[in-house]
Amino acid sequence: MIPELGNLCLMLAFALAVVQGVLPIAGSFNGNRRWMALARPTAAGQLFFIVLAFGALVYSFVANDFSVAYVEANSNSTLPVYYRVAATWGGHEGSLLLWVLMLTGWMFAVAMFSRQLPQETVARVLGIMGLIGVGLMSFMLFTSNPFDRLLPGALDGHDLNPLLQDFGMIIHPPLLYMGYVGFSVAFSFALAALMGGQLDAAWARWSRPWTLMAWMFLTLGIFVGSFWAYYELGWGGWWFWDAVENASFMPWLVGTALIHSLAVTEKRGSFKNWTVLLAIIAFSLSLLGTFLVRSGVLTSVHAFATDPRRGLFILVFLAIVIGGALTLYAWRAPQVGLGGRFSLFSRETLLLINNVLLLVCAGTVLLGTMYPLFLDALGMGKISVGPPYFEAVFIPLMLPVLFLMAPGLFMRWKETSVKQIALRLKWVALASLLTGAAVAFALSTSVMAAVGLILALWIVLATASHLAQRLGHFAAGTSLRNRVASLPLSYWGMLTAHLGISIFVIGVTLVKGLEISNDVSMHLGDTTSIGGYVVQLTDMQRVKGPNYMAAQGTFVVTKAGQTIAVLKPEKRVFTVQQMPMTDAAIDRGFTRDLYISLGDAVSDNAWAVRVQCKPFVSWIWAGCIIIALGGLLAASDRRYRMALKKNRKVVARSVSPTPITVAE
Amino acid sequence: MKPRHKRLLLILAGLAALGLAAALVLQAFQKNLVFFFTPTQILAGEAPHNRSFRMGGMVVKDSLVRQADGVTMNFMVTDTAQAIKVSYKGMLPDLFKEGKGVVAQGKLDQNNLFVADEVLAKHDENYMPPEAAYAMKKAKEAKEGKPAAASTPVTPVEPINNTTKSAQ
Repeated sequence: MIPELGNLCLMLAFALAVVQGVLPIAGSFNGNRRWMALARPTAAGQLFFIVLAFGALVYSFVANDFSVAYVEANSNSTLPVYYRVAATWGGHEGSLLLWVLMLTGWMFAVAMFSRQLPQETVARVLGIMGLIGVGLMSFMLFTSNPFDRLLPGALDGHDLNPLLQDFGMIIHPPLLYMGYVGFSVAFSFALAALMGGQLDAAWARWSRPWTLMAWMFLTLGIFVGSFWAYYELGWGGWWFWDAVENASFMPWLVGTALIHSLAVTEKRGSFKNWTVLLAIIAFSLSLLGTFLVRSGVLTSVHAFATDPRRGLFILVFLAIVIGGALTLYAWRAPQVGLGGRFSLFSRETLLLINNVLLLVCAGTVLLGTMYPLFLDALGMGKISVGPPYFEAVFIPLMLPVLFLMAPGLFMRWKETSVKQIALRLKWVALASLLTGAAVAFALSTSVMAAVGLILALWIVLATASHLAQRLGHFAAGTSLRNRVASLPLSYWGMLTAHLGISIFVIGVTLVKGLEISNDVSMHLGDTTSIGGYVVQLTDMQRVKGPNYMAAQGTFVVTKAGQTIAVLKPEKRVFTVQQMPMTDAAIDRGFTRDLYISLGDAVSDNAWAVRVQCKPFVSWIWAGCIIIALGGLLAASDRRYRMALKKNRKVVARSVSPTPITVAE
Repeated sequence: MKPRHKRLLLILAGLAALGLAAALVLQAFQKNLVFFFTPTQILAGEAPHNRSFRMGGMVVKDSLVRQADGVTMNFMVTDTAQAIKVSYKGMLPDLFKEGKGVVAQGKLDQNNLFVADEVLAKHDENYMPPEAAYAMKKAKEAKEGKPAAASTPVTPVEPINNTTKSAQ
């Protein structure tokens, strides 16, 4: 009964989405206020029904209703209840429902926080989001309905893939989807602006906080995914340039370009067309990512063959969304006009370079991800493109981006003297060069690692120097507290995110450059040493988990006779699927992680063991969190909330020249 | 500088960046494209000897032998027509099993021993790596005298996207 109610709710939400996608947009063109006024209530209605539908699916999982095919495929009665809830988005159908839930959530937020926007804009933005919802919901209703019954019902379920039975499963997909779907707001704003032909600073100011929030969620989502892969896959890698990861990374790269380009559009009125294009691309890649990961296209193009309707639907939907948006863009963009002019040496130019590089990066990742799929689909042979390709392409492209982050801070809008910048950054350059080189030499790392360290320091020092300069600009006698408080949050957000980038770069550089990994076979009592630590296997036990059996090793880690940690990695076998899994044990630290994974038994009393020392890996996670925090700070800037409170007259004012030292 | 010149310079810089990126991509592509060969193809001498490639099929039952050092494994991979001996030093992925599909990446030595530096299996007990399924399908078609159509879709039992990797 409950699943049928869920299905009904889904259908009602679909009907509302159709209304929302058609009438308000039509009304915005023929001036019918009643039609336009439908945008908000239909958004609220959709959220209501989708929450009910989602609740119904969660209920089916919690109540172990194995007569629902999707529940049967992804859950089991022995599964702990929180994983049963998380199993709701453990498969294709449920994650689509989660996607739609997020979409209606964002939609409702836009409906709530857009009181001061012109009614036409609200109608168009929500209408476009409604159309996206129509696409996604019809995909669910026609090809992948999570509420489909299994007749006759099963006694017990197939179980959730053991790899997904982790805390990461509870938060990773929702965060990632918040990010993916969040870009639909920027996308809808961009299309609405194209429809109205009004692309001004006000438009950029409305889009910015939404885009920043989406970007922040995406950053967190990718981070949690990587963090999860690191401890869960059991072998200590944290980024594999796997197609699934790339699918989430591409929208991030374009989203990063977008938030920078939006800054220019807001402050200077330039790059309008470019910003709109980026908003379209960012969301298109999010859609592509969603479908690539969940439809099974990625593991094999042939997964299309399992349900040709699904594949066809995806292709048609992507073609309509991307093709439609680009057509609208091609038609309307020429009327948008150019913004403020700027000289070659200006902040605009640097941000443009940053944008081009980020976009090129996304393009190369896209090529490496899609090319094998295309070749395979065309029957031209099976190839794969591995991490060496991505590293060979990505790193050289990112180096100039990192380098330009420092002068970018000091560059002024419109025009800057290069000499001035050079003078200002002289000491920063010298200090980072010397310190970075010295550290690299002391740790005897490669040249590449030295370059990474120098660049990271270059960003940190330049950021600090810029902050000092801004804080010094106040009238004498202003307390430090007042100075700090009167700098805008968006500025702090920018500093924080850039700082996060450099911490991340340090982490990546040192892990890549200094990690050690030993595969050994150990008897009870055997020791092995790694990076100055001595690891001894002292015990081996059988342990029983709620839904698995495991062999558990006890390893005592000592350094100079002192016990540092006792690690207990496990080799688990999950009972339902009879699936083995490595559960690594990690001793986390500020400067290094010790990572032990237990392999198979070599003989009756010896086990294969992989011991790894990963220097500064925690810095990668810290960097990601700080980057996301920067996004949050920037999105909470007073300016955006003020903009909401001001009336339309102010909102519609033309771009005013902003103080040139204001950095966003 | 006139705006026209400025724009020209910007466009040139953009083109240069694109050109550089294209050069990097092409170079990296050429170096790092990994081709796939079935055991039959390898024994027919189609696979290169000095370049890394992927091969796959089914792990032959009872062929897994742990070497004296305790961490090197040898096993046979077959597409049901031919079999190739594979050697791998390190931890095999959790789902590596005799009688199940596997894909390995590495180089072929002079004695047709495939020295793998990466072994892949998928995270599901029923799942067959698409390449492995493809190898066996091709061998089957060859046996039945059908032309091996490269574009014939292979239907994996249950596609799951997480790839478990075990690299040295």
